[in-house]
Amino acid sequence: MTVEARFRIARGEFSLDVDLKLPVQGVTAVYGPSGCGKTTLLRAIAGLERDPEGYCRVGDWTWQDGHRFVPPHRRALGYVFQEPSLFSHLSVRRNLEYGMRRVPVRDRRVSLDRAIGLLGIGPLLARDVEHLSGGERQRVAIARALAVSPSILLMDEPLSALDLRLKHEIMPYLESLHDELDIPVLYVSHSPGEVARLADRMVLLEQGQVSASGETGEMFTRLDLALAHGDKAAAIIEARVAGHDDAWGLTFLDFPGGRITVTRNALKVGRTARLRVVARDVSLTLERQSGTSILNIFPVTVDRLVPEGPAQVMVRLLAGDVPLLARVTRKSADALGLAPGRPVYAQVKSVALLV
Amino acid sequence: MITEADFTALTITLRLAAVTTIILLLAGTPLAWWLARTRWRYRFLLEAVIALPLVLPPTVLGFYLLVALGPNGPVGGLMTQLGAQPLAFTFTGLVIGSVFYSMPFVVQPLQHAFMSIGDRPLEVAATLRASPFDCFLTVVLPLARPGFLTAAVLGFAHTLGEFGVVLMIGGNIPGETQVLSIAIYDHVEALEYGRAHWLSGALLLLSFVMLVLVYAANRRFTVARP
Repeated sequence: MTVEARFRIARGEFSLDVDLKLPVQGVTAVYGPSGCGKTTLLRAIAGLERDPEGYCRVGDWTWQDGHRFVPPHRRALGYVFQEPSLFSHLSVRRNLEYGMRRVPVRDRRVSLDRAIGLLGIGPLLARDVEHLSGGERQRVAIARALAVSPSILLMDEPLSALDLRLKHEIMPYLESLHDELDIPVLYVSHSPGEVARLADRMVLLEQGQVSASGETGEMFTRLDLALAHGDKAAAIIEARVAGHDDAWGLTFLDFPGGRITVTRNALKVGRTARLRVVARDVSLTLERQSGTSILNIFPVTVDRLVPEGPAQVMVRLLAGDVPLLARVTRKSADALGLAPGRPVYAQVKSVALLV
Repeated sequence: MITEADFTALTITLRLAAVTTIILLLAGTPLAWWLARTRWRYRFLLEAVIALPLVLPPTVLGFYLLVALGPNGPVGGLMTQLGAQPLAFTFTGLVIGSVFYSMPFVVQPLQHAFMSIGDRPLEVAATLRASPFDCFLTVVLPLARPGFLTAAVLGFAHTLGEFGVVLMIGGNIPGETQVLSIAIYDHVEALEYGRAHWLSGALLLLSFVMLVLVYAANRRFTVARP
């Protein structure tokens, strides 16, 4: 499915000026700093924000062009707001049913039971909205949006109003949505962590304009973007669980660049998992080291180098065709003779399992 | 004890308050909703007009209404020409006067209730496929329930106590336009303190009970919402 959106919206100091056409499959993150216009863009796509000159087309439906404006309640979308925004005069069950009952029976593809099951809110149905925790409320709000069987799900920083513990509580549910439902999601976020875990593709928004878009793994390692710089710069890798070694308590995952070893986890063999490799945990050697405690060593080729401050260099590497990042000192880069095309070995000190 | 004349004054008063409240709730709801949602830059002018009865001496309002509705006034003259009775000194005339007199007591609580709901519940309802009218019935009205209760009781109670407007426009016709507050005044004038006591006590009790009910109901409602 494709989303096309052209909007020019000025609100005082702030202005949004986007013209984008992107394929949406799985989760597409709209990522950028606070105040960059992410929320305005999402609201404009939903029809909650008006630009009389705007254009919006989602899949086969033209929601807005020069001649007509389909009001929000006639758009086949689901919307999750930053705050849960449940109706306080309705019970949890009636909140869930509110949207679903307004959808014709033939258009209901997500049953209420399915939505309830996916978000794990069965035990909350009889409860009063007032007696739910913040995390529970947001799960109900997400299930409520799913129950209208949307063609596209728009989520506006659904985790940002929650504390860290609640974020961790909800994240698995979002991941299961991603894995089990075939509904494209536009997910607004300013958190690289959330994007790394959830997004398949991302659109980068800066000062009201789209500055880049592409696949998540690619975007995190594009040296021309701020995302690939600084302490938190990291590569995101998709890998398949290859097997477990119970004797040593290890799990092996395969990706095009080789085999990754991590401590034993409960993931089923054969499923894919997402891993994060932080750039400052990657060191480079010219020859494969023996006699090292590091398990994860991959042959890679240097793709590009960009200086990072006076003393350091961010190096983009290709392991197979998978990009990795390594942050090394300028001195070392010089000593190793790092240059595009040069084959080296990447030693990865730690790998974080995201999913 | 309450005489038959006093009892008639009481029923006229209650009927007047009930009819006025119903008219104001029906007409005031769309007006208040519009005031709460509009971005019209001169909204404040209309708000000021609606609030006028709060500060204006009731006799002034009654005087203008009398002039307008009387046989020689613009409205009354038109009605005479059409072969209808002028509205001054009739129950209908009283209702018209009361609607103006009590309007801020109904419109303002409704407007505040609508405004305090904010945009978010409306947006949520729209993304859940509810048309604006559907949303008004299923989200706005239930959420504004305390505002409606306050508006209804204030409108009713305020109409019960009106004096100046009624005197100007309704006169003091027993069985037609003589309401409780005027009957009390008549009793005091005639030095019938006993009967004035009965009627005043009844009005005091009625007003107090209604206010207690509305505050109790609103308290329960606000406790249930964080």
